[in-house]
Amino acid sequence: MQKTNPTIHVDGQEIPFKVGQTIMDAALAAKVYIPHLCHYPGLTPHGNCKLCMVDIGNKNVTACTTAAVAGQQIRNNTETLNAARKTVTQMLFIEGDHICPSCEKTGNCKLQAMAYYLGMLDNHFPQFYPRREMDASHATILLDRSRCILCDLCVRASREVDGKNVFAIAGRSTNAHLIVNSPSGKLGDSNIQTDDLAAHICPVGAILIKEQGYDVPIGQRIYDQQTIRDVGLNEAIPEKQGNHHD
Amino acid sequence: MPPDTPSSPNTRRIAIDPISRVEGHGKITLLLDADNHIQEARLHIVEFRGFEKFIQGRPYWEVSALVQRLCGICPVSHQLAAAKAVDQLVGVEQLTPTASKLRRLLHFGQILQSHALHFFHLSSPDLLFGFGSDPMQRNIVGMLRQYPDIALKGVKLRKYGQQIIEAITGKRIHGIAAIAGGMNQPLTPGKRDALLKDSADILTWSQDAVTLNEQIHTSHPEHYAFATLHSNYLGMTGGKGELEFYHGGLRARAATGAYLFDQFDYRDYQQILREEVRAWSYMKFPYLLELGTEHGWYRVGPLARMNNCDVISTPQAEAARKRFKEFGQGQFVHHTLAYHWARMIEALHCAESIQQLLHDAEITGTELMAEKGDKRPEGIGVIEAPRGTLFHHYQINEEGLITQANLMVSTTSNNQAMNESVRSVANAYLDGQEITEGLLNHLEVAVRAYDPCLSCATHALGKMPLQVELRNVEGVLLDQLTKGVNGDVRRRPELA
Repeated sequence: MQKTNPTIHVDGQEIPFKVGQTIMDAALAAKVYIPHLCHYPGLTPHGNCKLCMVDIGNKNVTACTTAAVAGQQIRNNTETLNAARKTVTQMLFIEGDHICPSCEKTGNCKLQAMAYYLGMLDNHFPQFYPRREMDASHATILLDRSRCILCDLCVRASREVDGKNVFAIAGRSTNAHLIVNSPSGKLGDSNIQTDDLAAHICPVGAILIKEQGYDVPIGQRIYDQQTIRDVGLNEAIPEKQGNHHD
Repeated sequence: MPPDTPSSPNTRRIAIDPISRVEGHGKITLLLDADNHIQEARLHIVEFRGFEKFIQGRPYWEVSALVQRLCGICPVSHQLAAAKAVDQLVGVEQLTPTASKLRRLLHFGQILQSHALHFFHLSSPDLLFGFGSDPMQRNIVGMLRQYPDIALKGVKLRKYGQQIIEAITGKRIHGIAAIAGGMNQPLTPGKRDALLKDSADILTWSQDAVTLNEQIHTSHPEHYAFATLHSNYLGMTGGKGELEFYHGGLRARAATGAYLFDQFDYRDYQQILREEVRAWSYMKFPYLLELGTEHGWYRVGPLARMNNCDVISTPQAEAARKRFKEFGQGQFVHHTLAYHWARMIEALHCAESIQQLLHDAEITGTELMAEKGDKRPEGIGVIEAPRGTLFHHYQINEEGLITQANLMVSTTSNNQAMNESVRSVANAYLDGQEITEGLLNHLEVAVRAYDPCLSCATHALGKMPLQVELRNVEGVLLDQLTKGVNGDVRRRPELA
């Protein structure tokens, strides 16, 4: 008798999975989109952003960190979950200084694209206006902590792909912030390089390549052309990046 | 800011707050003595923007996108002035021919749309219906009803300028095109051809606007003295003294026409200009250092440029300029209301220049970026914005972050002049009069002539609420007029 893959159901659609895969892995493999910001295929999932919350019947879980189990009935694209995701996105906006009009990342920014995808029309909550240190000490890479959403992607990319361990999250709650692993704590004294994945994986404008301001015109940026859903379904670590993890 | 309380118990205060049909928020206060003589008349700018401060610490490559948010009408001017400064920061002295022409085309589109907006939407109701006419009619909707042909041409002129901006920057408002050392995308032949299709009509309508303004001004001798000032004038001109909006040297002339300086390198502007701070306004008061605070104030913008320049490079605008000069009998035209006429001559020059540039083969070129040179710690970009000479000055540290910024925007240069004009009109028209909406509009007409961009951000279009109070010397309320958001003017019933 031929052995078939076990399956889960996402919004009624039957999706096969391999044992060990998360709900997110299985959904993406089947081209079913579950909104996410801190997940990136190929990096260890962390469940930081909470955008990928799905309903598995008795509770809500983060799809990127929850193992797929045969027979799971998962609700994903529902009004209630999308409303909660919008609220989470609004909270991410107000916790930092996300001034899209002057940000070089606009049009390429996942947070902005997610806001559009979820139909977010305002911030709803009052701004935090956090005071966070800007680090322009590196010759080619800028770290603007005021835009950081603490997704941890740069931390994992540096550790798991670049093999360097340049970044970490320190502090708790509203004091949580990105720190740099160098003697001075400055990016300029770290061993990050321009072609490292950690320098490019930031979903917002917190880590940017310096001296590139609007070189790509409005209308020709990633999310000017595609929704975050379309991008998210086809995302993978570029092949040229060697995986130093193991 | 200290409150504008009467300094003497024998004076009373009238406030027009806010002023309508200007860009941004301001107010006018009048202080009258017991005999209703004007003791003091001031234009207050009540907004605080803080751009110079909050861009400190930001990276220089963000700055042209950031500072253009100063304004919703002339963002292109701020973007270009900043880009010129940023070019210097990255060691670029000379743009590629295509980049230079694209920036100029963009700027002509900007000035055309801004000038059209100001005349047709904001000022033509005053000039065609009368300063004291029914306020329910004295607006762009009234224009569309009474003079649909004129009003629609104005709407279309503005639209065309916006289309040029969109074709080059990707958006009609707050697009991005000018980047460090050049432009970020070419103008495609398809977009060029689409713009060329309407360029002949635009030229005709711009000429009509000049003719209309010439007729309005020359047929109303009562306009000649209205808010008129014998002032100094500052502006940028090209190397041959021609009208120039994008790049040139600074020229200042006294009211007599005598030169104070000419072809002065704008990067040394701090040697010739200073700004004075006064406690009652958030807007500074610039002056020519050589003449001092009392006599050194000057005017900028269309009237200054028309008086200052020797020639205009395009034929129809040059013919119009000559008629303007003939009207002034070879002398400077100091009439404040002639700002409107000069503004439309500039719009005509823009229309002609746009057509020329669209026919220029290099405008669709793809060589857009100059090679960057050695970094510099300081950049100063100056441009002739629709409202006058605009200065952007930045200093950066070795990490590329801005450490100091000075933005001297066009309306700031006209601050003293607007105050003088308000004072002049108050003395001429309001002395001893009962307050009426029409009479107060005379003060606004004086301010409006300068096309001030008080916040560089918002439109009011006559819908802003306005309340004017008249109190006697004891502070008792004698009269109160309120203009609602729908334009209704009501007198407080118990005082009527």
